[in-house]
Amino acid sequence: MIHKYYLGGLYIVLDVNSGGVHIVDELTYDLLDYAAPPFAEECPQEILDKLSDKHDPEEVRECYRELAGLYEDKILFSADDYEKYAKFTVASPVKAMCLHISHDCNLRCKYCFASTGDFGTGRKLMPLEIGKKAIDFLLENSGNRKNLELDFFGGEPLMNFGVVKEVVEYARSREAEFGKTFRFTITTNGMLLTDDKIDFINKEMSNVVLSIDGRKEVNDRMRPGIGGKGSYDVILPKFKKLVDARSKDKDYYVRGTFTKYNLDFAEDVFSLRDAGFDQISVEPVVCDAQYDYALTEAELPAVFAEYEELAQRLLENDRQGKHFNFFHFMIDLDQGPCAIKRLRGCGCGNEYVAITPDGDIYPCHQFVGIEEYKMGNLMDGTFDMDMKQTFAETHIYNKPSCRDCWARFYCSGGCNANNYMYMGDIHTAHTLSCELEKKRVECAIMIQAVKSLERGQAE
Amino acid sequence: MKHIMTINKANLKESAQKGGCGNCQASCQSACKTSCTVANQKCERDEK
Repeated sequence: MIHKYYLGGLYIVLDVNSGGVHIVDELTYDLLDYAAPPFAEECPQEILDKLSDKHDPEEVRECYRELAGLYEDKILFSADDYEKYAKFTVASPVKAMCLHISHDCNLRCKYCFASTGDFGTGRKLMPLEIGKKAIDFLLENSGNRKNLELDFFGGEPLMNFGVVKEVVEYARSREAEFGKTFRFTITTNGMLLTDDKIDFINKEMSNVVLSIDGRKEVNDRMRPGIGGKGSYDVILPKFKKLVDARSKDKDYYVRGTFTKYNLDFAEDVFSLRDAGFDQISVEPVVCDAQYDYALTEAELPAVFAEYEELAQRLLENDRQGKHFNFFHFMIDLDQGPCAIKRLRGCGCGNEYVAITPDGDIYPCHQFVGIEEYKMGNLMDGTFDMDMKQTFAETHIYNKPSCRDCWARFYCSGGCNANNYMYMGDIHTAHTLSCELEKKRVECAIMIQAVKSLERGQAE
Repeated sequence: MKHIMTINKANLKESAQKGGCGNCQASCQSACKTSCTVANQKCERDEK
């Protein structure tokens, strides 16, 4: 299977199953409308005839031979032979956890998927006992995985920061005994950040996700406090302080959400860059179409155009030596995740779970509060292995619209929670998310293609 | 080649032979939390 597209002045051809990325000329691009395996010794006359009004026959013959050579080298029209891995490697140890340390929040973000913090289950903070049980659960269920990931999530985790600190201390105290290393992350809206908290986070958290939407007016419209006042002026200086004090070998992201209200979201990305951040994620809102701010199919052309605009601006920015990371355009075409990782995506419900303040176990943070997806509880020791197995088997070959999608090894089947909430089944791809993801992948690869060409010209 | 330039190693198949160690980050733990992308993750296998 191949996917071809024209973007940023380049004709780009992806060989889906080998991961090959080819920059081609217009003739090749046109020829690929007709040429496909099995390749003949010479280009069939029928194909020459179809292209005769636009391309010289001798050139077409030459190009056809080049395509046949790439096919022989298995980097064009290569076969998909990964399904056997999907069947062999199903049940994984649990190695990642989203710990809902606080089902309460001090902001009232309009697009919040957690119903402004409590996931519809009542405002509460996680007791230390549950936090410790969660650590034990991860240690005991992580098999031979050495790196354990734990994200302090909410609601707003800083509202229960005392327990965060004690959970970290408890986890560290058990690392040596189990031969594991915890990698902590915290996702915060920043309102309660203080110098002490910044010090602790920068010391203990391998990654920190700082929620801010971009421009002040964009942020404050969607991320007000309980009294309705915008959060931007409170959080921006705190985030700056945290990032400035943070060691360069640790990760962070400022992370925003864009909606129908800011379809010019490239401005928000650059607003965050101008504020001094260099690790930036700005993502599309995912919500029911009934809301005014929802992204729907009608917005797709505008969003696509904005992604293209953002890609061009990032390239220009790089040329000026002012590189920063935009999370959704990050892609390493040579050293990315292995094919096996790409079959199953996020691993929710299988290698990744979420824990609520009551100790309930869900497949991920987005499933929290959906009773039929409750997998168990830490206090009574239940853990639904049948549901775990169902999620283990939720790979791209069990998702009908993913099986034949060119982007399947980039997105890996998408978000199972979005599939369930908007399509009714974890196996049915959320079409709108698919369209956005495909556009982002096209842009990300185009950026790498342009850079590759520019490097070649510079050498 | 005159008409086609391949810009990467196209090594997805090789990665399957040696892959599946599970050391890499769970994708939703990085920054997304709402829109899953996997190809922007790093391989963390000890010996490649």
